[in-house]
Amino acid sequence: MNFDYTQLIPLLPEITVLTMACLVLVVDVYKTSKDSNLTYYLTQLTLVMAAILTIALPATETNRVFNGMFVADSMSDLLKLFIYIVSFMVFVYSREYLRAREMYRGEYFVLGLFGILGMMIMVSAHNLLMVYLGLELLSLCLYAMVAMQRNVVTVSEAAMKYFVLGALASGMLLYGMSLLYGATGTLDIVEMSNKLSTGDLSSSLIMITGMVFLITGLGFKLGAVPFHMWVPDVYHGAPTSVTLYIGAAPKIAAFALVMRLLVEGLGSMQAQWQDILIIMTVLSLFVGNVIAIAQTNIKRMLAYSTISHVAYLLLGIIAGTQSGYVASMFYVIVYAIMSMAAFGMILFLSRAGFEADSLDDLKGLNERSPWYAFMMLIVMFSMAGVPPLLGFWAKLAVLKAVVEVDLVWLAVTAVAFSIIGAFYYLRVVKLMYFDKAEDTNDFIAGPDMRFFLSANALAILGLGIFPGGLLSLCASALGM
Amino acid sequence: MENTYLGLVLAPLAGAIIAGLFGKQVGRAGAHWVTILGVGISFILSVLVFKHHVFDGGATYNETVYTWMVSDGITFQIGFLVDQLTALMICVVTFVSLMVHIYTIGYMHDDPGYQRFFSYIALFTFSMLMLVMSNNFMQLFFGWEAVGLVSYLLIGFWFKKDTAIYANLKAFLVNRVGDFGFLLGIAAVLMYFGSLNYADVFALAPSLKDSTVEVFPGTEWSLMTMVCILLFIGAMGKSAQVPLHVWLPDSMEGPTPISALIHAATMVTAGVFMVARMSPLYEYSETALGFVMVIGAITAFFMGLVGIVQNDIKRVVAYSTLSQLGYMMVAAGASAYAAAIFHLMTHAFFKALLFLAAGSVIIAMHHKQDIREMGGLKKYMPITYWTSLFGSLALIGFPGTSGFFSKDAIIEAVHASSVPGADIAYWAVLLGVFITALYSFRMFFLVFHGKERMDHHTKEHLHETPWVVTGPLMLLAIPSLIIGYLTVESVLFGDYFKDAIFVLPEHNVLAKIGENYTSEIGFVLHGMMAPPFWLAMGGLFTAWFIYMKKPEIADNIKNNMQWIYKLLDKKYFADEFNEAFFAGGSRGIGRLLWRNGDIRIIDGLMVNGSANSIGWLSSVVRHVQTGYLYHYAFVMIVGLMLLLGWHLF
Repeated sequence: MNFDYTQLIPLLPEITVLTMACLVLVVDVYKTSKDSNLTYYLTQLTLVMAAILTIALPATETNRVFNGMFVADSMSDLLKLFIYIVSFMVFVYSREYLRAREMYRGEYFVLGLFGILGMMIMVSAHNLLMVYLGLELLSLCLYAMVAMQRNVVTVSEAAMKYFVLGALASGMLLYGMSLLYGATGTLDIVEMSNKLSTGDLSSSLIMITGMVFLITGLGFKLGAVPFHMWVPDVYHGAPTSVTLYIGAAPKIAAFALVMRLLVEGLGSMQAQWQDILIIMTVLSLFVGNVIAIAQTNIKRMLAYSTISHVAYLLLGIIAGTQSGYVASMFYVIVYAIMSMAAFGMILFLSRAGFEADSLDDLKGLNERSPWYAFMMLIVMFSMAGVPPLLGFWAKLAVLKAVVEVDLVWLAVTAVAFSIIGAFYYLRVVKLMYFDKAEDTNDFIAGPDMRFFLSANALAILGLGIFPGGLLSLCASALGM
Repeated sequence: MENTYLGLVLAPLAGAIIAGLFGKQVGRAGAHWVTILGVGISFILSVLVFKHHVFDGGATYNETVYTWMVSDGITFQIGFLVDQLTALMICVVTFVSLMVHIYTIGYMHDDPGYQRFFSYIALFTFSMLMLVMSNNFMQLFFGWEAVGLVSYLLIGFWFKKDTAIYANLKAFLVNRVGDFGFLLGIAAVLMYFGSLNYADVFALAPSLKDSTVEVFPGTEWSLMTMVCILLFIGAMGKSAQVPLHVWLPDSMEGPTPISALIHAATMVTAGVFMVARMSPLYEYSETALGFVMVIGAITAFFMGLVGIVQNDIKRVVAYSTLSQLGYMMVAAGASAYAAAIFHLMTHAFFKALLFLAAGSVIIAMHHKQDIREMGGLKKYMPITYWTSLFGSLALIGFPGTSGFFSKDAIIEAVHASSVPGADIAYWAVLLGVFITALYSFRMFFLVFHGKERMDHHTKEHLHETPWVVTGPLMLLAIPSLIIGYLTVESVLFGDYFKDAIFVLPEHNVLAKIGENYTSEIGFVLHGMMAPPFWLAMGGLFTAWFIYMKKPEIADNIKNNMQWIYKLLDKKYFADEFNEAFFAGGSRGIGRLLWRNGDIRIIDGLMVNGSANSIGWLSSVVRHVQTGYLYHYAFVMIVGLMLLLGWHLF
């Protein structure tokens, strides 16, 4: 059988990222000055190149190559594009922080690039093996990144917890996959879906068990209760730049995973997984919103906030309708934009020897810098779901999707918890505007960070006023 | 034409924004130039619109400019309805507004809030234009509330003065009562007519004239009567009709230019305009017309009486305004909408003139307003004197002046009307003529004639006011004298309002009077033989006799008729009643609800209670996050088991 080289075309972005990651690794070893920006620029260049390739080679139809291992469709294009954008911003925000902590060198960027490659594979995987490959590539990079400041106690603790729990979750996922394989005799997602659509295999014990194990793995990746225990500790313990990395783009990839496995693969078992997701959602709403109130550390607070956002994200999936998936996709992108800005703000406030991760560090920000206080205000209001900011439309979209399938009680619960959640977002605003500043040092952030951070927050406002564009982009990516 | 209308409305708004937001940058002169320019453009465009619609026979313009939103099939739009009625209103509004703008340069010369003042009055002009040019109820309500807001801001313009703050709060609250009725009226229109657009509503009116509604079980109300009376309650608030009149005299706490513009010439006449605009609705409810007429008659008569005993120059004019607004309402109630609008127009000119003249006197007297401390100002302020005389003559309806035509038409119309209540109204407006002449000339004589009663210091500085003050006075005196003569034929007896105002044939009293109408001169000659003329002359003479010839008579009457004097001086104890009953009652209820409802139930139990319990919950649940790795793993496994169990068992 001759190898068809045109198969490689959809993979060009992945190939580029892989090649460049290796190149960055080599360049970094041989570069003379320790503080040079070369690695950083090469990394950003990689993302720009990948973005250009993705845009230049749009998938007009679902294109499965390598015997269905890899898929390129409009959903994967859009999600990858946002992975590039988010990662690009993450690297911009991290720069000063890393430099101040002597982490501004190859490891962070190389691991970051390999992580991005992992996410891209997760987004485009159409075979359980590929799914696992992408997931592990990403996870391993993340473990290492969390542990980069290995001589700091909290960091190594976080890394250890993350690794052990991650391994456990990975094992469960793999076990689930093996059960599915056993039942259906295939690893291919499309074939599996076809097998399930006929006969009563969907309700068999082995399939349900496999599905629950699979969801456990996904739940861990997303950080949904009860598989969320790692989230606060890792977010809190990891260096903020790594928290930023973990918090933003991987959520997009995890969403893709949910879409590929549950919706495309186990679509005919929707009745079964819907229940499980509802339980996880309600628990996440409760834990995320209620425990966040008791936090004094912003990173920890945002970790709980992530848990609650995951719950909203799952609402759209639970709806099980096309508009629900669109709403979820919209939500995950909006969430990535918001969490980027929120963690970016912590990075902005921090400097050498000062993490700025306590809520008290935000006190009186308005006196110190009215502009950035306003930016943070936008982010917090958006996370709380205040109209007309972007977060409001995202919440509205998922709630609408659930109401449409007559799960009104779930929507009401979600709204009730979002009111509780509004408390801790508003507390941040209160601290910034009504309390006296304790810290009066100047900000060290460079012009690039200032520009992108402002643009990021203003985008939340601007896209909130005109939410139609992004929403229709999501809708068209899912073929609506 | 759409661009003309838009420019007409938006020019004052632009002026208001520039003067208001960039007051510091443009400076004092910049602020008055930019707003005068805005209102000036508006005035010129109004004249063009007037010409287009009246002389060139332009068709009625009724278009939507912008659709704000569509909700449940109901569209909320911004649109303009421009016909003869609107054309007349915008000319009056922009002309008086322009005069007041110019006058303000002199009156507010030393005030620190100069730019703010100009911004407000230009904003007022915008709001008033939105109100009169509206083609739907939503925009009408917007304009209605916007003029109310500006009125509130301007009454409290000197916000460091306690009395001003009291007065503006009072105006706001009393108007709220009226607006509540107005809003209910609009809601009723929306509910039963299914549209907010004038044209749609008016088209439906004939078919709904006999329908009834059951608001409370067991009652049957005529739909038209209910809608019209509710809308009229709004007009009672805005046009200060008894019993919602109490705010207008107090509004004199604001600077005099706005008393002239807002609380005499334009805003307070919005109620009259509204009733005229809604004539296709009011015509189908005689009950509502009778209600309008009786309320108007009560206001016209009793508020005039109070004017006799007032000593503050502005308050006399304010009570006169109340009384004249009553006249307009009476006319509207008699279905003589044209006469109401005609009186609205003439009144706008001479009342603005009288107020601005009063302001001119106040400037000269160094902001003393008590007429007992004035006298003999004629020789110091000739221009103010003569313009005031013209204004007063127009007010009492001296034959040939503009007020004569409009007031005579109203009295005749009421006489001819058969709406229930017309008899009482006729006597009220007839006797009102005597009272009007009495209080007007009492004030006139006390201010300009007789002994000079001011203190030495004030007297030394007495002189005529600058041209920016006297100029508008002279410009307003001209229409006060002649506008009636020029327009009476076409407005009252011609077909000026044929497309704009709807009158059922059996209600058409103006047509009945019109049968005897020959010419303007004939109207004047006829008027000079009718009772109103002699009553006016009698009032004038009485005022002269009592206050100039034999001042001791006034004191005698005051001493011998203590209780009447007290009743009038206290304005029928309306303020005391409101203070004790409504204000006291609301405060009592408020306190009760605050103590039991707010503090105990809402704050204590619900808000703080739920917040505390969530906080407590949070502090307990957070301990689940123990920090031990094996606990975390345990939770994951248990979670997995439970989820499995959910499906398997």
